[in-house]
Amino acid sequence: MFGLKADWSLDVFERYFTLGDYAGGEARWCPGCGDFAVLNTVHRVLRDAQLPPEQTVAVSGIGCSSRLPHYMGTYGFHGLHGRALPLANGIKSRRPDLDVWVATGDGDCFSIGAGPWIHSIRYNMDMVVLVFDNAIYGLTKKQTSPTSPEGMLTNTHPYGAPLPALNPLTVTLGITNVSFVAQVVDWNPPLLYETIKAAHQHKGTSFVRVIQRCPVFSQDFCKPMQEHPEQMLLLTHENGIPMDDSVKRVFKEQHEHDPSDWVGAMAIARDESRIPLGLLYHDPDAPVYDVLSSAGREKTNEEKLAAINAALDSFAI
Amino acid sequence: MTQTDETAALVSGLPDRQPTRISEHIVEVVSDSGEGAQKCGQTFGTISGKMGNGAWTVEIIPAEIQPPARSPAGASGIRIRVADSYVTNMGDEADLVVAFNEQVLYSRIANGAYKKGTVVLLDDKWASDPQEEIREQYAAAVGEFRDNGLVVHELPIETECLKIVDNARKGKNMFVLGMLCHIYSRDVQMGLDEIASAFARKGDAVIRPNQELFRSGYRFAAEHVDYHYRIDPWTDDMGPTVVTNGNQAIGLGVMASGMEMVAMYPITPATSASHYLADVFQDAGGFVHQAEDEIAAAGFAIGASYAGMTACTITSGPGMALKTEMMGLAVMGEIPLVVVDVQRGGPSTGLPTKVEQGDLLSTLYGMPGDAPKVIIAPATIEECFHYVILARKLAEAFRTPVFVLTDANLATGVQPYPRPVPQEEWLAAPIDQSAWDSNVPAYDWDPQTGLSPRPIPGQRGGEYVLTGLSHTNRSKVAYDSDTNQTSCEHRSRKLAALGKTLKPPVINGDDEGDLLVVGWGSTMGAIEEAVNKLRDAGHKVSSIHLRFLSPLEPQLKEIFSRFRQVMTVEINYSDRPDAPQITPENRRYAQLATVLRASTLVDVDCWSVVYGHPMQPGMIHKELNRRLTAMHNEI
Ligand SMILES: Cc1ncc(C[n+]2csc(CCOP(=O)(O)OP(=O)(O)O)c2C)c(N)n1
Ligand code: SF4
Repeated sequence: MFGLKADWSLDVFERYFTLGDYAGGEARWCPGCGDFAVLNTVHRVLRDAQLPPEQTVAVSGIGCSSRLPHYMGTYGFHGLHGRALPLANGIKSRRPDLDVWVATGDGDCFSIGAGPWIHSIRYNMDMVVLVFDNAIYGLTKKQTSPTSPEGMLTNTHPYGAPLPALNPLTVTLGITNVSFVAQVVDWNPPLLYETIKAAHQHKGTSFVRVIQRCPVFSQDFCKPMQEHPEQMLLLTHENGIPMDDSVKRVFKEQHEHDPSDWVGAMAIARDESRIPLGLLYHDPDAPVYDVLSSAGREKTNEEKLAAINAALDSFAI
Repeated sequence: MTQTDETAALVSGLPDRQPTRISEHIVEVVSDSGEGAQKCGQTFGTISGKMGNGAWTVEIIPAEIQPPARSPAGASGIRIRVADSYVTNMGDEADLVVAFNEQVLYSRIANGAYKKGTVVLLDDKWASDPQEEIREQYAAAVGEFRDNGLVVHELPIETECLKIVDNARKGKNMFVLGMLCHIYSRDVQMGLDEIASAFARKGDAVIRPNQELFRSGYRFAAEHVDYHYRIDPWTDDMGPTVVTNGNQAIGLGVMASGMEMVAMYPITPATSASHYLADVFQDAGGFVHQAEDEIAAAGFAIGASYAGMTACTITSGPGMALKTEMMGLAVMGEIPLVVVDVQRGGPSTGLPTKVEQGDLLSTLYGMPGDAPKVIIAPATIEECFHYVILARKLAEAFRTPVFVLTDANLATGVQPYPRPVPQEEWLAAPIDQSAWDSNVPAYDWDPQTGLSPRPIPGQRGGEYVLTGLSHTNRSKVAYDSDTNQTSCEHRSRKLAALGKTLKPPVINGDDEGDLLVVGWGSTMGAIEEAVNKLRDAGHKVSSIHLRFLSPLEPQLKEIFSRFRQVMTVEINYSDRPDAPQITPENRRYAQLATVLRASTLVDVDCWSVVYGHPMQPGMIHKELNRRLTAMHNEI
């Protein structure tokens, strides 16, 4: 009828992706671990973006959270402790067509990975960086992390973490060429979804600190936040993270913040009396290094050979 | 030798002396840094190469970054060995030296660079320096040099230059180039052309005075310097020829290999390879990434390789140390990768500008766990080029990192060699994005060879998670006991499979005899020169030079069995057998010797030193001669 073949729509439907297409092996985190929520959200964001799984690469370092690639049905690279970002940058360097996600932890990113953290923010290659911050080393069983609050009891500091916690937001905001900084908690699904979605849509390195529950080793880190959501400051703005009323009902403390306002973002990040949620900073125009690093990919063999011959000729005698 | 019109015009009216024919000379130009001695020597080397001579040029690098003027630590310059035959190394003591001041000569003397009879052409400006202290230093040094057998000629080099330019510091080098060109009967027109092209960017206003200085130096030597030689062209026609140092050869090799990404962090003596690439790589579609440190550089390269574009990282020893965990990951994840290690001496900044072959064992064994990998070592500058191309091919065919070990001697040595002809098949094939049969696991190891094809992100059906955790052939984290054993076996088997394809090393000299010398890397020219000289004197000595260090080339044990003694000659540390406390049990052998002893169970001896400078034929000759003589006395 109407001259259409009966299977006219098959091609389209064959490539419709369901959540299952993005899921890999069965996730093995502890019951109650916040990592599950982030994983499920990543699957949903990918499903809604309908990106082919083979075009997606999940890269990670080492830690509980860095197991994430194993639970994806996409390509993945479970790398070295602290070194997810250089690997991800390298993947992106000549393959700007790939959709790159990085899963890292507070130890993985802010401690052993501090160097790559700073420089990768500056490279601003197009990728989503999710830092699962449970304020503790989970995989290695309860050692102090840079974000462990002062006084937190850990196996390396049984009498209490001796120093004030590092503030990842001020550090990240302070890095030249930073382009996207957001913070979210793992236990509010709509906000988590919208935050990760916005991060994914941004062209550049989207840094998302996910405050993450580790009921096994750092219960006391998230529990007070869950019990007293008024400690959190929800950042609202038309250019910020879209949030529905359910989110606004939970986080009653709110502040209208324009994410293009870097000074305002710094002030919010520095104010440790409130834990900001939402988009602190967004600069869609910051230069993206993958544009430079992938230049020349289209050269033909003839052009390459001509260049090599010219180079050799410059040494000819 | 045809003299051009320029030459004829320049020498007209000058005494017509016939040059003495020599077959080779070692020439040095030494100055404070910043006086252009290197430019002078490089140009001299290029002209010699163009005139058909064999040549080897090596820079003399000051020990300090901002050395005071007129200090031994500031000795900066260049050595050029020119011959009527192929030259493979920097040789022993110099024959003729031009020095811009007397103090810099002290460091060369301390390095054993000169012998009795070495001719020193010394700028005499210091004899009339306004400072008495300098005048005294100068006079004392000249006396001392003469007492030690150097033939010193004090020449008014500065005075002559000041006739043409106001500041002789800029330009003296071209005057000296002119002198050298007369002394060695170089073609004047070539000299003038080289100057014109060297200063092409600066324009005529700079070219002209420099050419004038050159002409004046040439005439000066004709009138006032007694030495006048000719070195005939090498008869073997190499065909089209290029002149590069080893690092440029590495850079050219990277381009010609089809790699499009070099991730690096600056470290001497590796950096100049990246400097060179940064200048031209984009023309071939490539990119040099200067990473935040060596670990990140390795990670970046591994990331690019994982995504389908085999990449390269270039470093030196301390950078290699930082990269080790990444390298282990590349081995375990079976990621093709090319790692160039331009070896230098010591840890930290140990001997940053000096030569050492100190990274063989750390490259072989420095990674956590078992990490079988391919290690190759070019022996010449030409091989630096070709081995990078080989490295990418091997990396992809064997799905493994390939390490190319060179050293500061190859990196800074400059030599003419046949111009490579780039081939399209050297370039990388486009990244495969066709569908992958999802029944084929990510590591579909061939039980015989350990080889497996590699899915690339973008290939539908090939999705897998590369992991540093012990994994199955589907790259799934393994919780059983067999998996690690099996996967290690397959990775190791790849090396054995590659080894089966290699040819045994070519023996320089007879197939049997009293002594076999085994070398690797930059020492080949010096070793063969020493060995051949001993053979000419009737000794039964031969040598082999290994290019593959992992896997080793085949039949070594059998070759060793045909010699009474086998020893390595290397530039890395070993205990001397007669040193205090040392016994045959506790003696620490040189690195290749350690490997050969373990793999062949032959009692391979070694002679190795870590003076920080390249192996010279004379040093090797002396040691081998001592051993051969001792062996004969035993009979
Ligand atoms: C080079 C190196 N050092 C140390 C370790 C051990 N290690 C593995 S994970 C980890 C800490 C992980 O903590 P975090 O990043 O906070 O992640 P979490 O497990 O809490 O998700 C450490 C120290 C390692 N794997 N590699
Ligand atoms: S230890 Fe903590 S972070 Fe790790 S899986 Fe368990 S709950 Fe999650």
